Amino acid sequence: MLLEVKNLHVEVEGKKILNGLTLTVEKGQVAAIMGPNGSGKSTLAYVLAGKDNYNVTEGEILLNGESILEMAPDERAAKGVFLAFQYPVEVPGVATMTFLRTALNAQRKTRGEPEFSTPDFIKRVRETSARLGVSQEHLRRAVNVGFSGGEKKRNEILQMAILEPVLAVLDETDSGLDIDALKIVAEGVNRLRAPDRSMIVITHYQRLLEFIVPDVVHVLAKGRVVKSGGKELALELEASGYAQFTDEAA
Amino acid sequence: MNADVRPIKTPAEQGLAQAYAAARDTLPGKGAVAALRDDAFREFDLRGLPHRRVEEWKYTDLRALMRDAVPLAGVPDAAAIARARDAGAAFKGVDGRRLVFVDGTFVAELSDLSPEAGLTIGSMADALARGDALVTAHVGKTFPTPDVAVALNTALMGDGAVIHVAAGTALQRPIHLVFAGGSDKPSAAFMRSLVVVEKGAKAIIIESHEGGVTQVNAALELVAGDDTAVDHFKLTQGRALHIASLMVSIGARATFNTFACTGDASLVRNQSFIRFAGEGSHGGIRGVSLLRGKEHVDNTLQIEHAVPHCDSREQFKAVLDDESRSVFQGKIVVKPHAQKTDSKMMTRALLLSDDAEAYNKPELEIFADDVVCGHGATAGALDPGLKFYLMSRGISDKESEALLIQAFIGETVEEIAHEGIREAVMNQAIAWLGRRA
Repeated sequence: MLLEVKNLHVEVEGKKILNGLTLTVEKGQVAAIMGPNGSGKSTLAYVLAGKDNYNVTEGEILLNGESILEMAPDERAAKGVFLAFQYPVEVPGVATMTFLRTALNAQRKTRGEPEFSTPDFIKRVRETSARLGVSQEHLRRAVNVGFSGGEKKRNEILQMAILEPVLAVLDETDSGLDIDALKIVAEGVNRLRAPDRSMIVITHYQRLLEFIVPDVVHVLAKGRVVKSGGKELALELEASGYAQFTDEAA
Repeated sequence: MNADVRPIKTPAEQGLAQAYAAARDTLPGKGAVAALRDDAFREFDLRGLPHRRVEEWKYTDLRALMRDAVPLAGVPDAAAIARARDAGAAFKGVDGRRLVFVDGTFVAELSDLSPEAGLTIGSMADALARGDALVTAHVGKTFPTPDVAVALNTALMGDGAVIHVAAGTALQRPIHLVFAGGSDKPSAAFMRSLVVVEKGAKAIIIESHEGGVTQVNAALELVAGDDTAVDHFKLTQGRALHIASLMVSIGARATFNTFACTGDASLVRNQSFIRFAGEGSHGGIRGVSLLRGKEHVDNTLQIEHAVPHCDSREQFKAVLDDESRSVFQGKIVVKPHAQKTDSKMMTRALLLSDDAEAYNKPELEIFADDVVCGHGATAGALDPGLKFYLMSRGISDKESEALLIQAFIGETVEEIAHEGIREAVMNQAIAWLGRRA
């Protein structure tokens, strides 16, 4: 088992958002998390990545059997956790290439691995960015500054490809993307599917899951998982909506 | 309103008066120079050290900050010169012509006096003593100001550089004025320099100040003639009470840039008086300050657009840790006939600690009606969202902050055209960040 979330209770600014969430993700599994607005999907993503001010009052998060709750975000990243942000932030003054190299080498250093040589690193970034349609010009520019919504999401997937996480959390990666951009992003994600890499794909809509086909679908409502099933569950939800779960959970 | 009622003199004021009385007859220059000193001293004697009720000095209360006057620095001995030998190392990547001043006195043996066509260099003390025509023509006249710190400098000016760049000359190398402290005793130095760049000439002037001297009052007058391109840099470090005045007059169709970098410096006041005196010129006035502990750095500008069709860009950044304090005062004056002036001023402070303070005061005084003038000021902490983004990629807390701080000042440093100087300034910032606890 790669990830075990056990009875997780989380408060944000005194407001309870996650309410006894339990979830397991197996090694190599792609798990979709679906749910209505306000069900706690993004909170789950941030808590996994270790964002400040997300107060875990009860429960446990284990990655490969090890608790990560006390770890800072950079330590979790070095352990292989990656969050593709719903709204990637603009980082003025920090060139994308510098950012990628700093991040990769910081993780490798934490893990006691040697730093990447510059030519190897550049080759790797060039190949990956070409596949994702991220131009050399974008790599020279400051991280996400002046990027369109689609470019920002592609940049997230580029980072994921370079950093090679064991657990990738994709928070509403489909939001704000047109169908062409969605296909490019989904292709990039699918290429990264691997037996030793798990993914949590958070989405409000079923559409993304046509392109990134999950092994399992979990429905989140009112801060906990209320139903789990195969990929067909996503289609059911598309037809029936989320109302049944919000009522059930009430 | 400036309150000038000054019944009681502070120990520092009394000390300065005694220093002037004792040194008056031995300070370089007779006749007109001596008269200039006397006039300046009377100005100081009348008004005293500037204090918080003098608007321009409100946030840097010199009367309170300067408890005592210390003796004027003497001529440096061999030990002092030896201590100063490696000064100015921050710019070792820049192939500059070094002119070295130890405790305010020119040291020829450490300086590069090799000849270059169109360039004349000399010591201010020598020039004052022999009544040099260039010095007589310009000293005290580049940007006359009633400022008391400038008056004190004029009264007590000892040595400094006198640089003349002949018309049409493009200097081969930057000139690096290295102001080093060599004395191990409390001492004060009053440096005065003059740079005259004649029509169509190009020059880069670097000043670096560091070390020893306890009280520094440095002034530089710079006359940039028509069609010139002049870049000026100032790096200030060290434990001195440091007051520097830059007085600039810019001719027509000229480009003038100045950049003040201050880091690991206890108490610094950089005041710049810059006048656009000829049409069609461009000015870039910028600076970056890095502060920690109880350090205090004040950048005060008075930019005067006296003629039409000039543009100026002012940008100052401060990064403040611990209980440090930064001051930015930027006054832009657009005179009645200075139509088509285009001026943009921006100051930003990044507060890394709850106890740090940033005072930002932009001021516009516009007497012409067809101008574009704007200013902005911000002060704030590092964006936690940005920091989380970097950390979520595996970059440590400290390194994330360092990257963001570097980016913050990088925006201003990037404006430096000379690559070696730009790198020297950025390396100072990186070294400063490396020393963050």
